[in-house]
Amino acid sequence: MVYNFFMGQNPRYVFLDHTADAKFRARGDTFEEALANAALAVASLIWNGTQAGGAESRTISIQGRDHERLVVRTLEEIVFLFETEGFLLAGVDDVRLGRVEDGWRLQAVFRGERLSDTHSLRGGVKAITYNELKIERNGGVTIQVVVDV
Amino acid sequence: MELNKISDNIWEIPKHGAMKVPARFYASFKLLEAARGDKSLEQAKNVAGLEGIVRMAYVMPDAHQGYGFPIGGVAAFDAETGLISPGGVGYDINCGVRLLRTEFRVQDVQSRLRELLTEIFKEVPAGVGKGGVTKLSLAVLKDILVRGAEWAVENGYGTQDDLLATEEGGRMAEAEAGPVSKRALERGIPQLGTLGAGNHFLEIQKVDKIFDRNVARAFGLDEVGRIAVMIHCGSRGLGHQVASDYIEIMEDKIGTAGLPDRELIHAPLRSALGQQYYKAMCAAVNYAFANRQMIAHWVRDVFKKVLGSSPGMRQVYDVCHNVAKVEEHAVGGASRRLCVHRKGATRSFGPGRPEIPAAYRPFGQPVIIPGSMGTASYVLVGTAEAEELSFSSTAHGAGRLMSRNEALRRFRGEQVRDDLARRGIELKSTSWRGVAEEASGAYKDVEDVVRVSHEVGLGRLVARLVPMGVMKG
Repeated sequence: MVYNFFMGQNPRYVFLDHTADAKFRARGDTFEEALANAALAVASLIWNGTQAGGAESRTISIQGRDHERLVVRTLEEIVFLFETEGFLLAGVDDVRLGRVEDGWRLQAVFRGERLSDTHSLRGGVKAITYNELKIERNGGVTIQVVVDV
Repeated sequence: MELNKISDNIWEIPKHGAMKVPARFYASFKLLEAARGDKSLEQAKNVAGLEGIVRMAYVMPDAHQGYGFPIGGVAAFDAETGLISPGGVGYDINCGVRLLRTEFRVQDVQSRLRELLTEIFKEVPAGVGKGGVTKLSLAVLKDILVRGAEWAVENGYGTQDDLLATEEGGRMAEAEAGPVSKRALERGIPQLGTLGAGNHFLEIQKVDKIFDRNVARAFGLDEVGRIAVMIHCGSRGLGHQVASDYIEIMEDKIGTAGLPDRELIHAPLRSALGQQYYKAMCAAVNYAFANRQMIAHWVRDVFKKVLGSSPGMRQVYDVCHNVAKVEEHAVGGASRRLCVHRKGATRSFGPGRPEIPAAYRPFGQPVIIPGSMGTASYVLVGTAEAEELSFSSTAHGAGRLMSRNEALRRFRGEQVRDDLARRGIELKSTSWRGVAEEASGAYKDVEDVVRVSHEVGLGRLVARLVPMGVMKG
């Protein structure tokens, strides 16, 4: 547990040991909040600026047949925006979850910065996997994800 | 879990429960104990339960836990009636290794090592967020997906001889760009000709031990002190996205009911969906071949620039270690066409196979096994008996032992660099954190891995190469 980001007494996310990949559990009072914290966990694998303000924003709109799919697609979007636009995620705002005809839609605003020479990066992310993916509801919501790095 | 000892280096999980066939693990007792520390054996058991799996699920000596299939897993299915699984190939499609030999000796490069590394660092984009030097159009990218390293050679990166010394001639003919999603293409455009980060590296090495003089001569590695260059990288974001896309599409169209792990999702190879994935996978394989072809070309340029010339910088071979291929194998006395999945495993065809270059055919194919950072790498040769043992497959590297978290707790990047420097090894990296995560102490002992391969006969030792200069993403 090396690069946790603590908020008060409750860690937003905790990294667990995994032989080859990065595995974390992100918590929130709601699914939306847990997913926003999971997004910060993924961003923390890429850079260490998840406490920064972030002058740029991207509105994302994700659809999926279940919550697991929403988790994977939302987190993949972080990797996609980083690789194609050099967008570094610093925070997630306005997470909205709604039903659509064949599943769910999630909208959110990604706040962040554009990659420049002044940024120091931590590592890359290959893929968000379904392996050991869990969404647990026990008072709050915990999302567990294994990231291929 | 019940595990029977077949011999010192062979262990078997007998068929039980949902398993259709037994699962076999090639490992020393030490490697077995390491693998028991994670889920790799349980994952092998799950693979052995897949419909139509032929003979056995195999696990290579360097195995560790993957997602769905273990890393170091080999599984074959009938090419007409069997399945294909994106999880059996992995996210980094055609992650692989290319080895160039040179006419240079240690004394030719020793004093210029830092300069060589610095120049390679300038020429070969590496690390996270580093784009390629060429801005590709979508049309050119699609052409690359279809033609692989052939495209690179036609555009001035390397020679026809390089293609001959690449698996599949540097191009999987079934590739099509159509089944590759827009997102995958968008991730592929900025990253062509980049090394990437994580466990990917480029090393200037010297041959330091020869085990089989005859074969080493055929591979161009016949002399201790000869300089070689090893390049380890894959298909970057494009390949990762192809894997993610088809795992989702297969989930939607086929469903995960009855699967012990969502990432064991699969489709019949001959179904429309199976073919779409296969063609997209081949396209990602070709992207990776083109990628390594370009990097190898820049490395040659640097050697020429720094040392004045680069005679005999011939490619020994280029192997894929994350791929599914249709191959002929003898099963129960008859020849069958099988779709062999190798996820973190290297093909190790023995003598006479038509797929390997004519110059190597009397011996078997070169098998290139990269060590962890700062440790030895090995060249092995494929064997005839590997066909029966593992559908002609062996290990692909040292295999992780320790999580990245634990590596970060134990090692510091600067300390790793200093330790390497004391052993005369120069290191350049974009990330100290990455160096710490990839410290050799976080990996299994590659010596043990190749010894098992040699003793069992999956691939036999030819030469050992040790690093002089290491470039990490």
